[in-house]
Amino acid sequence: MKFCNFVKSEAIKVDLDATTKEGVIRELIHSLIASGSLTAEQEEPIVQAIMKREELGSTGIGRGIAVPHTKHSSVGQPVGTVGVSRQGVDFQSLDGEKVQLFFLLISPPDRPGDHLRALENISKQLQDDTFCRFLKQSKTANDVRQILEEADNNQFVS
Amino acid sequence: MTEEKQSATITIINPQGLHMRPAYLFAEMASRFSSRIEVVKDDMRIDGKSVLSILTLGATQGSQVAVEATGPDAEAAVAELVQLVTSGFPDESGKTEAEASHF
Repeated sequence: MKFCNFVKSEAIKVDLDATTKEGVIRELIHSLIASGSLTAEQEEPIVQAIMKREELGSTGIGRGIAVPHTKHSSVGQPVGTVGVSRQGVDFQSLDGEKVQLFFLLISPPDRPGDHLRALENISKQLQDDTFCRFLKQSKTANDVRQILEEADNNQFVS
Repeated sequence: MTEEKQSATITIINPQGLHMRPAYLFAEMASRFSSRIEVVKDDMRIDGKSVLSILTLGATQGSQVAVEATGPDAEAAVAELVQLVTSGFPDESGKTEAEASHF
């Protein structure tokens, strides 16, 4: 599944203000609400579900990257966005490093294959150092959009 | 030190496939062994100690994967990892992944 199939490009956010795990998750959810991808009523249950998932083990997978996610019955298709933090956020990552790059994903519970294919794409692209570096250096949401588009066109990994 | 090599082919049984939580549990267990651990699916061969690499397999329910270990504790590594996968990745509370499938 390509990024364009689940990343809501109007909700991409560089220069995240939040400095805590819950704060970042909330900021990205707010961005999805502002872009019309989620409703205000979905904020609280989805933030709680993502935080509950984090309690099972941080989705901070190392190298400054986190993939906070949940399955939630209030969405009919995978909904995601990308966030970049300049200062980095303590996410209790596996390697203890602060996280600058966030891929947030909410998937419908009845479509585990879609969730897996979205994670598969994110993880494949994240293995490319150039892709990660470019994203972390993005100055505008448009920069991020272009990098994701290039990734969708297989310009980073074969 | 002997370079023992062990492998086993297993089927992913949990309904959600090898998503992030099972990938994490697998990598965490694999990392406890000194043997090199690789997972093979179709034409992909990846490092079984890396969560990110395991996720790149996109292994859905019913997929066949081979677990290969090379090193002094290869036999124990394969046995324990096979047990983890065939148990359907029980979480800390002892529930199987199918029962606690929201994550």
